[in-house]
Amino acid sequence: MPSYWLYIGIFLAVAVAFPIIAVSLPSLISPHKPSRRKQEVYECGIETDGDIRVQFKSQYYIYSLIFLVFDIETVFLFPWAVSLGELPLFAVVEGVIFIIILFAGLIYAMRKGALTWI
Amino acid sequence: MSLGLFIFLLMVVVTIVAAVAVVTSRNLVNAAMWLMVALFGAAIAFVLLQATYIAVIQVLVYIGAIAVLIVYTIMLTRDPDEKHVPGVNKQWPIAAVLSLVLFLGLAYFYYTLPQTNVLAPTLDGDLNAISQLGALLVSPNAYVLPFELASILLLAALIGSIVVAWRK
Amino acid sequence: MADLINVIESWLFNLIVSWGASQGLAQFILQVLGSLLVVVLCFVIVIALIWVERKLAGRIQDRFGPNRAGPYGIFQSFADIIKIFTKEYVTPTGADKGLFNIAPVLAMASVLAIWAVFPFAINVIGADISVGVLYIVAIGSFGILAILMAGWSSNNRFALLGASRSVAMLISYEIPMVISLLIPVLLAKSMKLSAIIDAQRPWWFLIVTPLAALFFLISSMAEIGKAPFDLLEAESELVAGYHTEYSGMKFGMFYVAEFLHQYTVGALVTIFFLGGWTGPMAATWPILGVIYFFTKTFIVYLAISWIRLSLPRIRIDEMLDLNWKFLIPVSFLNLIMVAVADRVLMELDPARWIYVGVMFVLSMALLLMSLIVAGMTKPAVERVEFPSRAVAVSPQSDRSKS
Repeated sequence: MPSYWLYIGIFLAVAVAFPIIAVSLPSLISPHKPSRRKQEVYECGIETDGDIRVQFKSQYYIYSLIFLVFDIETVFLFPWAVSLGELPLFAVVEGVIFIIILFAGLIYAMRKGALTWI
Repeated sequence: MSLGLFIFLLMVVVTIVAAVAVVTSRNLVNAAMWLMVALFGAAIAFVLLQATYIAVIQVLVYIGAIAVLIVYTIMLTRDPDEKHVPGVNKQWPIAAVLSLVLFLGLAYFYYTLPQTNVLAPTLDGDLNAISQLGALLVSPNAYVLPFELASILLLAALIGSIVVAWRK
Repeated sequence: MADLINVIESWLFNLIVSWGASQGLAQFILQVLGSLLVVVLCFVIVIALIWVERKLAGRIQDRFGPNRAGPYGIFQSFADIIKIFTKEYVTPTGADKGLFNIAPVLAMASVLAIWAVFPFAINVIGADISVGVLYIVAIGSFGILAILMAGWSSNNRFALLGASRSVAMLISYEIPMVISLLIPVLLAKSMKLSAIIDAQRPWWFLIVTPLAALFFLISSMAEIGKAPFDLLEAESELVAGYHTEYSGMKFGMFYVAEFLHQYTVGALVTIFFLGGWTGPMAATWPILGVIYFFTKTFIVYLAISWIRLSLPRIRIDEMLDLNWKFLIPVSFLNLIMVAVADRVLMELDPARWIYVGVMFVLSMALLLMSLIVAGMTKPAVERVEFPSRAVAVSPQSDRSKS
């Protein structure tokens, strides 16, 4: 088993090293003539005005919160799904109750209108 | 030096450097990214402990969801670059001494506790571990109540976040 | 001779040991070689795919596609590589240099790293870890992080808007994707990819749970950000989205990662729903398994390309509605249905084909019912029909009206 994870570690190292090489090789042969005009932030040809880090609407925040809740839910559901074959029938029902409780949350969010993009 | 020890030391150094960078970074987004590095280091620690399910969950939840949440939260505020605010206040020496004392105290307790020398019993195979975990989660003799309560807790978090953050 | 790949592997292993290396070191070297092989293979695939994709796009859109460099333009990708290698890197002023440079590397690495756990044939598998399915999902989240980094560090409004919008979309579509992945795990009773493939002999999960396969395909297409879900780079609104400020090979990394991601999704659909490497004779001839695997993957890739080249981009509110109000509820219902049906059928213990047939019928019934229910509910955003008018109106006619 640890041998598999060693392979994954090696693979991750290779997977990071390859793009680094690919990105750094061109800087040896490509030109490098920076100028103020060239390095300006692109905004349809006009100069950027003010701070670009504008305040965002809270919709994004709600999506990420709801995503977090469902992400944590999967943490519980994956072991349940793996062990389903050797469990009695009521264990399946317990998992279903777990899902239905969260489903109620989804319905609530939907009825509240929090999931409608405006 | 064995390979396992080498990876462990590498992980420790990376995690500690990243953790220090989290608190010293002057830009909130940079701090959040350093936090992700530190949490990834913790995931590697879980792999070294053969708790692979926890390791993967660590990456999935923290890097996949919490990172996005943090960055969105920062975007909700105005100014992530706090260059005009000093990074530490006058009380930092006291805080440093206190945290050192806390660390030493914890280390002392760790070494004097009798259980620390005993290795945990090894489970037979990694695949069974997840299956056993799933079985225990829904077994009435084990954790079925916490399992369902976790669901209610998540529901409460979901409703709470909408109530707090949702303005029409 | 039948097991060609393992023969080569053990030959290399013995060769390295005979040079005086220890068993552990030989294993280590083989693993390095193996991962290098897979990564290089990925790059070669992408070079070929870019040509295929452009040619296909040309044909579908009634053009020629690349046809200058070499016969049928097959050297077009190499010309592109040479071009992109000689492009200047431009870093915009005010950019966060560290994150700006890490983002393209992370985007590429997050797609490549998924290949570590793929089973290519019966015994040809990099790392058959017990949490394979979750590993794939977890590694995918680095891609989301890369987009956030790129958008944030560019110091560009378009990039920041594009990134936050696409991340909202990516995390939303990750929910139905993960729930759809739960169903093969549930049926195979394992998160090991090899066990999931074993469970698909002889009935593919595409037949057992067609609904999960469909939802996985849809949500994966959103995850790779291709049309009709290419809102992350809606050119008309956001220039190029999160990679507006990137140039040269840094842009190339995002581009290559996108292509490889589409191919990777093809591989995932193949593994989870199309039986992976299985096929006639594949168990005795692993090399055939590799061929089956890549052929199936390529077919799924072409199907995705076909969909994306045929459909226009949809609006962001429609897209999020599709996810939150259709895909997620129905995939939850599907999960409940499959779990209960699988367990009940296991009690009854019918013949395998009856089991598959019942599951198929249930899945289709759920799809039909949910489509009917969705058709009855009104859309949240009412369509406003504007009165049609001519594009150019002469001043006279305008005056006469008023």
